[in-house]
Amino acid sequence: MARVEFINANLAIAEGVMAAGLRFFAGYPITPTSDLFEYLAVELPKRGGVVIQFEDEIASINAVIGASWGGAPAMTATSGPGFSLMLEGLSFAIMTETPLLLAYIMRADPSTGVPTKSTQADVFQARYGAHGNYEIPALVPWSAQEAYELGAKALWVAERLRVPTILLSDATLAHTFERVEFVPVRRAERKKPRVPPEEYRPYEPEDDLVPPMASFGEGYNVMVESLTHDERGYYAPTNEAHRRLIWRLVEKVRRNWRLIHDTKTYYMDDAEVAIYAYGSTARAAYAAVKELRREGLKVGLVRPTALWPFIDEDLKRAVGGARRVFVVENNIGLMYKEVARALRDKEVVSAPLIDLELPTPDQIIEVVKEWRR
Amino acid sequence: MEAVRRLRKHPLDGLLRPERLPHLWCPGCGLGIALGAILRAVKRRIEEGYLQREKTAFIGGIGCSARASLYVDFDSAHTVHGRAIPFATGLKAVRPDMKVIVIGGDGDIAGIGGNHLMHAARRNIDLLVIMMNNMVYAMTGGQLAPTTPTGLYTTTTPYGNPERPINVVKLVATMGANYVARAAVTHPPLIERYVYKALGKKGFAFIEVISTCPEVFGRHIGMRDAVDLLNALRERVVVKQRPHIDESYYEWEGGKFVLGEYVDKDDPSYLERIGVIKG
Ligand SMILES: Cc1ncc(C[n+]2csc(CCOP(=O)(O)OP(=O)(O)O)c2C)c(N)n1
Ligand code: SF4
Repeated sequence: MARVEFINANLAIAEGVMAAGLRFFAGYPITPTSDLFEYLAVELPKRGGVVIQFEDEIASINAVIGASWGGAPAMTATSGPGFSLMLEGLSFAIMTETPLLLAYIMRADPSTGVPTKSTQADVFQARYGAHGNYEIPALVPWSAQEAYELGAKALWVAERLRVPTILLSDATLAHTFERVEFVPVRRAERKKPRVPPEEYRPYEPEDDLVPPMASFGEGYNVMVESLTHDERGYYAPTNEAHRRLIWRLVEKVRRNWRLIHDTKTYYMDDAEVAIYAYGSTARAAYAAVKELRREGLKVGLVRPTALWPFIDEDLKRAVGGARRVFVVENNIGLMYKEVARALRDKEVVSAPLIDLELPTPDQIIEVVKEWRR
Repeated sequence: MEAVRRLRKHPLDGLLRPERLPHLWCPGCGLGIALGAILRAVKRRIEEGYLQREKTAFIGGIGCSARASLYVDFDSAHTVHGRAIPFATGLKAVRPDMKVIVIGGDGDIAGIGGNHLMHAARRNIDLLVIMMNNMVYAMTGGQLAPTTPTGLYTTTTPYGNPERPINVVKLVATMGANYVARAAVTHPPLIERYVYKALGKKGFAFIEVISTCPEVFGRHIGMRDAVDLLNALRERVVVKQRPHIDESYYEWEGGKFVLGEYVDKDDPSYLERIGVIKG
């Protein structure tokens, strides 16, 4: 049997990414991520990796980008204020198709807020925080066990699709200790060029829209170019080249959504009412669903393990025949906007329950019952 | 015909991406002189077998100077403005077998990227950073740089620069870099000599190259002509064997640019200290 430990979601992420082959971590301390950083500082060098504390988050993400081009699966971790500083680097990673993992541990908001507590305020930050047209994956665990598994998966997705990938957790999960089983995970690996250096074009995609990636030091004379570029990586300031590049960067993520998404459903077979919830809030929603079922209500839970890219067809499948959908989230009702758009034929109700700990099952039950009347 | 073809070839073509040319540098710009000298040093190191071409990388940020990284035929990166040093640090940390060279302008390296410069020097991370100092933000059209001498006119200091220029040589030396030198495009062999030497150093090596930008620096101080500007710089340049660090401060009016090797030592490097490379 796999090793089992009683740890929080931050340490579970660290274990997951190491199991998937992480080799470089760069970061700047910020609550509630520091224990993840400190844990890797102890463990990663033992496995041949490097951990560096930088002067700020800007340096951290750019160092991760450099390490990734050096061929190493690489990551950083931060929270809202630090993420804001990383956005220019994130945009660069998107444009240059640099695999990297960014563990984004949300804390209460805006600005310094309540650093040790959490809401789910930054779901759109994770989607479109940086500048430019793009689409990047954001995975969202609801437990320490899933933090381990999705941490590994997010690193795998980043390498597989050559895209910066976000693992969106929060302070509540970060401080919750749970049993975690270190189940086997897939090693994060990028596609390597199959042609000699003379024929290699660093931004020429294969059928899955992902270009094989040569790293530095392998004789390919790679060109990492943040200007709008052609397949060779040369500046190409034309409408045609720009459109081709933008749409490929977006479609690369959308079309490969099955590699990212794994929407979970609970009690949905005969459900007339669905609750859509994600991350830590889904824990309370799950408890509420079980309670409401005991009372005889046909309620189920739909829980995405990835928020972005948002895939309408996947959500429609998960919601099935339910007529009414409550979107329960610990913010001002952000994902509701997307869910309501995707499920135009259903009654979609926003249930924004801002709570520094976690909305309680009772709060959720109250919302659902309110609407029965 | 054959003779013409031979003439068209430049001795450094083999290290450049000719299909990426013409470059964007203005006629009379000092940056080409500097890049030529840098590549001659790199070429010598390669010919001597000290450097391997496929294990050498050029990293640039944004700016006229940083563009150099796009024109050289090595593994190279055109990173965001000011962040070439962090990119290079991450790369070097996982590829300690590579020689990583950063080229950038004074704004890129010492302005927006100044915090990274300072900490990279303090860390003594094994990189060679070459800062082209044209004393202006050239790519964006001639605005004030932190290196602009006091009193000079730029597009954002139309009444004269009220600030003092940053002394980057002294800053980097104070932070503990293993090698710190200043050269100028008025003396290309000096650039070549310092780059050659710095390529052999462990730890953080830093070379400031005073360069000329007739287009948007010279223009606003009445020296639009490339030769006039180069001569004006030549008049202000002094070469010394081992200058004292206190000689490194410069001004334009009545000042001097003292060229030379300010620091040359062999403190343990960052990668040595973390055991990634052997001392
Ligand atoms: C974050 C950000 N801010 C501003 C710019 C615009 N910008 C491009 S180059 C540059 C200054 C370049 O000056 P320097 O680094 O001295 O290089 P030079 O062009 O003089 O060689 C600026 C401000 C940018 N690219 N990114
Ligand atoms: S603007 Fe100045 S620094 Fe830039 S290429 Fe022209 S002369 Fe050179």
